[in-house]
Amino acid sequence: MTNGGPKRDLRWQIQIRGLHKSFGAQQVLRGIDLDIERGKTNIVIGGSGQGKSVLMKHLMGLLQPDSGHIYVDGEDIVGLDEVAIAKVQRKFGMVFQYAALFDSLNVVENIAFPLTERYRLPKGEILDRVRDLLRRLDLDNVPGVEEKFPGELSGGMRKRVGLARALVDRPQILLYDEPTTGLDPIATKNVDEMIRRTADDFGVTSVVISHDMASTFRIADRIAMLYDGKIVACGTPAELLAAPDPRLREFVEPSGAVKFGVPS
Amino acid sequence: MSDVPVSPTSPSSGAAQPSPMDRQAVRLVGRIFAPLLGAVAIFGLHMILLGRAFTWLFRRPFRLRLYLEQMEFIGVGSLPIIMLVGFFSGAVTALQAITALAMFDQQRWVGYGVGVSLARELAPVFTALMITARAGSAMATELGSMRITEQIDALATFAVNPVHYLVTPRLVASILMLPVMTMVFNVVGLLGAYIISILVYQIDFGQVLELFRHWVDPLDYVQGLIKAVIFGIAMALAACYQGFNVRGGAKEVGRATTAAVVSSSVSVLVLDYFLIEIMNVIWPSHGM
Repeated sequence: MTNGGPKRDLRWQIQIRGLHKSFGAQQVLRGIDLDIERGKTNIVIGGSGQGKSVLMKHLMGLLQPDSGHIYVDGEDIVGLDEVAIAKVQRKFGMVFQYAALFDSLNVVENIAFPLTERYRLPKGEILDRVRDLLRRLDLDNVPGVEEKFPGELSGGMRKRVGLARALVDRPQILLYDEPTTGLDPIATKNVDEMIRRTADDFGVTSVVISHDMASTFRIADRIAMLYDGKIVACGTPAELLAAPDPRLREFVEPSGAVKFGVPS
Repeated sequence: MSDVPVSPTSPSSGAAQPSPMDRQAVRLVGRIFAPLLGAVAIFGLHMILLGRAFTWLFRRPFRLRLYLEQMEFIGVGSLPIIMLVGFFSGAVTALQAITALAMFDQQRWVGYGVGVSLARELAPVFTALMITARAGSAMATELGSMRITEQIDALATFAVNPVHYLVTPRLVASILMLPVMTMVFNVVGLLGAYIISILVYQIDFGQVLELFRHWVDPLDYVQGLIKAVIFGIAMALAACYQGFNVRGGAKEVGRATTAAVVSSSVSVLVLDYFLIEIMNVIWPSHGM
């Protein structure tokens, strides 16, 4: 890891250095150092209340840290003004835990939302881009899906519409907030596949925050563990399995999903 | 507790140490003023929200559609209930006025009585209360459920300010539509009064109309409409504040809705009193 302001790096898309954040007396982030690899699926694991969501909000500039730096493509986004932050935010797409679709808008309006808010594009072009995404995410085989409202969709479909909305402005980085929470094993596998496929098809850098171990080890290219406001372990799944940090072991083993030891 | 100041008149024995009675007094004062302090803080937070909503009003993009949707919901959507309540308010006021005036055989004053009551009090207050019950509660519920399903966070990820997108249109629509609905209430209320006085009680229309025209001042309507604007601000602010600050789940949304309706209704009635006092200072000759 390098200190100071890194230049635009081909391997690392996001570099976080010494990130601290407190809410009142509560210290949530206590000096995070983390690199997010370009084009790969990066997963941040950690228990509830360890600051995963807070970290995610910092990446998009929705929260400002007390100290520290976040370099996105070499540009420090900490302390940028509103206009500059909005520009950086266009590089990101966020997929929310329960999709967070706007109830008052139909599927097409939901997916088109980032475009209609950010640019003045002709309606035809917007509709083309929305329909292209509906097709690529297998949403076009549902009759009349374009006019449906979020309340009329199943959970899995909402998730895909949420993904489409995150993808429509062609982001470079996709953030997933606990994508498999509350899903059954089959639905979890579908979401895993969706994340992998999206990473391959759209060539995006994925950042997933999760506490689902089985899913994490299935899809991750890199894993970082957040514990007590710090990154305590970071590396490829194989690296983490070979030299497990005791805190990681403690967190993972009760689930029985992952066996530690030298991989055969 | 050593930093608690000892009151000079207290019968404490030691000079530095507060007596148990003093401590009790301090605690009592604290207990009395803590809710007051809380209320002042919440009032301040409402004012901050109001300020932010107004500064966003002048910033691009303007999103006219959102304003029109809210105006449709608050205005057109409330039309049936406002007309129903307005009609019966006018009719009942006329009925009571006629009963009272009949003691002096002066029923022809009914038009003036009903007209001025509607213009100054009944129309703005009842309109605000009915729209609070219908639209204010809906606003708090909608924003509250948007909060707990992360839709408000989602707006921010698209660099859309949630106050700009959600609060400003609701506030502006309330400010514009409450006076309009108040005038609808006035007109329908007078229609109710007409039916009771002229058609049912057969009072001479010419005399009623003449006294109404002579004594009801346009200023009565101006005062009523000023009230309506201020009630509109209070209603939208209470609803948006409560909805925006929901934390937790569905139960919290319900609690926020109740809080919005209660605080908005109470503030309408309290504001009504103070507005009357202020208007009596501004237009002294016109005071009731």
